[in-house]
Parts: sequence; C-alpha cells; structure tokens
Amino acid sequence: MTAVIEAVGLIKRYGPVVAVDDLNLTIPSGEVYGLLGPNGSGKTTTILMLLGLTEPTAGQVRVLGNDPSRNPLAVKRQVGYLPDSVGFYDELSARENLRYTAELNGLARDDAETRIDEVLTRMGLRDVSTRRAGAYSRGMRQRLGLADVLLKRPQVAILDEPTMGLDPEGALEFLDMIRGLKADGITVLLASHLLHQVQAVCDRVGLFHQGRIVLEGTVDALSERVLGGAYRIHLEVDGQAQALEGTLSAVPGVVRVMRESPRGYLVEAKSDVRGAVAHRVVTAGGALLSLRLERLGLDEVYARYFQEVRHEG
Amino acid sequence: MKAERPPLRRREGSPWTGLWAVTLKELADHLTSARMRLLEGLILLTALGTVSAAIQTLRTTVGEDPFLFLRIFTTSQQAGDIDYSFVLFLSFLIPLAAIALGFDAVNGEYNRRTLSRVLSQPIYRDALLAGKFLAGLFTLAITLLALWLLVTGLGIFRLGVIPSGEEVGRGLLFFIATVAYAGIWLALAMLFSVQFRQPATSALAALAVWLFFAVFWPILTGIVAQVVRPADNPFAELAQIQLRLALSRLSPNTLYAEVLLSLLSPETRALGPVLITQLEGAVRGALPLSQSLLLAWPQFTGMIAAVLLLFAGTYVLFQRQEIRA
Repeated sequence: MTAVIEAVGLIKRYGPVVAVDDLNLTIPSGEVYGLLGPNGSGKTTTILMLLGLTEPTAGQVRVLGNDPSRNPLAVKRQVGYLPDSVGFYDELSARENLRYTAELNGLARDDAETRIDEVLTRMGLRDVSTRRAGAYSRGMRQRLGLADVLLKRPQVAILDEPTMGLDPEGALEFLDMIRGLKADGITVLLASHLLHQVQAVCDRVGLFHQGRIVLEGTVDALSERVLGGAYRIHLEVDGQAQALEGTLSAVPGVVRVMRESPRGYLVEAKSDVRGAVAHRVVTAGGALLSLRLERLGLDEVYARYFQEVRHEG
Repeated sequence: MKAERPPLRRREGSPWTGLWAVTLKELADHLTSARMRLLEGLILLTALGTVSAAIQTLRTTVGEDPFLFLRIFTTSQQAGDIDYSFVLFLSFLIPLAAIALGFDAVNGEYNRRTLSRVLSQPIYRDALLAGKFLAGLFTLAITLLALWLLVTGLGIFRLGVIPSGEEVGRGLLFFIATVAYAGIWLALAMLFSVQFRQPATSALAALAVWLFFAVFWPILTGIVAQVVRPADNPFAELAQIQLRLALSRLSPNTLYAEVLLSLLSPETRALGPVLITQLEGAVRGALPLSQSLLLAWPQFTGMIAAVLLLFAGTYVLFQRQEIRA
C-alpha cells in the first residue's frame, strides 16, 4: 500500500491565528479516513491545502506524488472535492451543471455525456437530471455533488461535511454511497463534526482539535485507548443483589463495575464479556432480567478525551 | 561563500487550461440572462429613437455632406432643454451595461458556493477570471456590433446612400473604441466584485465611480484648475485650460469622448486649445482617417491601458484571496 496523501509538519497561519498546527497525515491507498473534529478546528483549511487552493505556511504535502501548491492541476485532475454545503448554478439543470464540470476537466463531448449518464444513474438522479439545480432538495444536491466528484473518475475523493443537513435516512443513504466509493478503490478523506454518523464508514479516524490531530487510529483502538473499556454492558438483576459488584469485577476483561440503580449495573469491559457476566449473575443466585451491550462511539471518545485533557490542565 | 537561493517554486501546467470552457459558459449565461435582455432592449430603443430622429434631420441635407453616415451617430436633436445624440446615449448606457455584466462576477460565485467546487477542477484561478472578463467583453461586443450594423442598415434604407469605405473604417474604429470603453467599466465592476462580498455593494461602488466621472469630475476639474492656475492673464488662462484638460483626461469618459470626436467628426484637427496663430495657413477640410486616428491615438492607448491596469489589479486581488467562504 502506498501513501496517497502525505502531509508532514503542515502549518497554516492566518495572521496570528494558527489554523493548522504541525499536522502529520498519511493516508494509504484505498482507505476511508475520517478527519473529525468540531467546527473551526482546521479541517477545511487542511483540505484546501491538500488541493492547492491555499498555500501552506510551512510543511510538505504530497497528493498522489504531486505537490499541490506547485502542480495543482495534476492533483486536481485526480482528486474530487465535495465542498462543505456545495453550491450549483441554480438556473442551470443538473445535467448542465455536470456538463460544465466535464468541460473544465477537458473531457471530450461524447465521453462527457456517457460519464454524466453513468454518475447520474449511480446517484439516482437520472430521472430528475433536466430539473433546475435550484429546485433540488438538500439531499439531492448532496448526491449531485457526489456525482460531480465522480465525473472525473478520481483516485481520491475529499468530502467536507458530506452528511451535514441531511435527515437521518438521507445521511445513512449517503454513507452507503461512500462505502461504494471504497469498493471502487477510491481513497476517501472525510471531514466531519458528526462523529457518530461517520464512524461507521471510516477505516481510520483522526480527531482534530485546534489544528492538531490529537488522536489517530481505528475507532475501536481509540475507544480502547481513551475509554479503557470499549464495551459497556447494562445489566438488570432481580433478587439478592448484594455482592454482585465484587463478583462481576472478577470477570476477566472487566474494567469497572458501577451500580446505576437498585437493580441496574453497568459493566465496562475490554471485550465482549456478556456470556461470562450472565453466567456469574446466575451462579450467584441472581435473576437476570435483561442484559444490553452498548458500543461506545467516537462522541464518547471525544468527550472523554477532552474531559481528561481539561482535568490535566 | 555561495548564497543559498530558495528553490524557485514555479507552478506547472498552463494557466489557460479551461479558459474556453469558462468563457463559453459565462457567455451562454450572459446571453440568456434577463439582465442582459433588459439592457439590450434599453440600448436598442434609445438607439432607434435617436437614430431615427437624426435621420429625419439629415434627410434635409443629403448631398451636402461627404460624411453623411457619420452624422447619423453624432447629430444631436433637441428635446426640451436636452441635446441628445446616438453617441451621447451610448456613452451613457455602455458603462451601465458593462457594470451590469461584471458586478457579481466573482462574489456571485462565492454566494452561490460554487467557487470552491469550480476551482477544485483542474484549472487555475487565472482561467476563471480571464474567462469571465472575455465573456463579458464578447457579450458587449456582440451587442454593439449588432447595433452598429442595425444603425448602418437603417441609414442605408432611410437615406438611400451607401457609406463610403472611409466611413465604414471610421465606424469600425468607433466600434473598437466603444468595446475598449466598455472594457474599462467591465474590469472596474469585476474589481469590485472581487473586493466586496456583497453583489449589491460592488454594484453600488461601480455605479458610484461611474457617477463620479460622469457628473462630478467635470465640475471638480474646473474648480481645481481655477484654484491652482488662476487666470489673471492670457497665458495663465491657457495654462488653466490645459490643466483642466489634463485632469479631465483621467476620466475614461473624456478619453472616449475625444476618440469619438476625432473619429466621427473628420474635421476635428486638435483635441485641445488651438491658438489663432497655429491656424494660420491651415487648409479647411476634413482629415484623412489615418490622421484622425493619429490624433486620437493617445486616448485610444490610454483606454486600453486602463483596461489592462484594472484587470491586472483584479487579478492580483483575486490571486491573494482566500477561497473559503
């Protein structure tokens, strides 16, 4: 696997404000990488530097082996970019909007029409392609944006807040489409602040905070590292539930046991220990009423991490 | 010791990539926009009105004037207190049309949030800016060419006279000068469209400049010349006139008016004060085209230089601007 995107010591300052601070990023080919963090944490600035639309103050960037600030055309020919709340020429139809993109990419007319049909069909917009882009709903615009990205048959797709403003169903649908890009072998860089939405599609994530990537890895690895136990098991036990806390803590892999209510326990574990926990409860004479596994997501990871950072500070 | 030179960071790829695509798209937008149709209608109506009236006047003098066709453009009529002619209307409406085509060129893309999407395609910013400028200029040129042909046709039809080769030549130069004049206002409007994020602000700023040069500049030059060079003797009076002229030539309106004067009125021999002594021995009559062109040459190049300067300024501003909205 070769690195498709590589950034070393990337810095961007706007006057006294540091937008991106010593960023190191390596994304191998075929990966879906999530650049996650709150608004204003430097995600978009990073993306603009990767595309050569903003010049870095310091540091090195390589995208597909090219320096974006020196050879932006070669980069932009192979990298598709879906901007944050993408805009179209409202008075033109969806097809005409795509046609313009095709022309800017220097595609021959026949080739362009074939590709436009292809991407419109793929995004489910074929039937409404003659409608004005201004009449499109938010979800349709976003899909048209992805069609616009796919038109140039990119090797890398950079998507900025792709699910923002979509209803839950639309967001899931869109995430499915992103999975489809991965299946096509397209490397995807995803920037978002909606951590819980995008964690499902990302191979690896980098958590952004004030221009730095503070945590990086797979979602599971991050929860393991920050939360200790990545698995939370909620128990409801009836009967003589006196000494259960001790019993449960003895289960291998359990990190912490807390009593949530007279009948409820919360077990944090490093692995899925539901079987062992249930067994212990029953052998201890308790009546197990319910047992529920809660997977912790990036939201908790993020929240917990910054809690700790603040505590240390 | 050898001084360490920083590596030359030169960008690769042609800045013209995509220029044609941008130009054609913008041209199509302009030609179908309601805004342009409105302006075309306005220009056409006033042109037809003034030209018909001019022809009406000229019909009485057919045969007496060797440059009858040029008079169609310049003959002025009186309506109440106002003198008006075709060129007067044109010099009034052209800036308006050019500003209308350019005032939202760049900030419109920001506001529609299309700029980052378009610039993430394999083109340089150069192509976007130059394409938009060219499209605006082509639109104006097409309109003006159609207008010029229409007026000429009307002249042939109503006067029953065919324009001479020289008149056609002068007419063509008049057309080119008008396009250059339009280019100044287009470039100015685009400069403001890069500078201001709100299209309304950029439109108002461009119109303010236009109004300033159309109304206040002539007044200001008079006042300044009077203060700096009080006319207490004939020589000071001449100096005052020359100063006033020099100042007024900073206005594109003056440059355009002077070019038109020398091109469309062949009997014009000088574009400034002429002393009686200088006229001694002069032969009455019209100048040939080459001499008229020579007379207007500084003004001509001045207008083109203004276009280039304004466009260069726009270019620099745009290159330095951040893309993110």
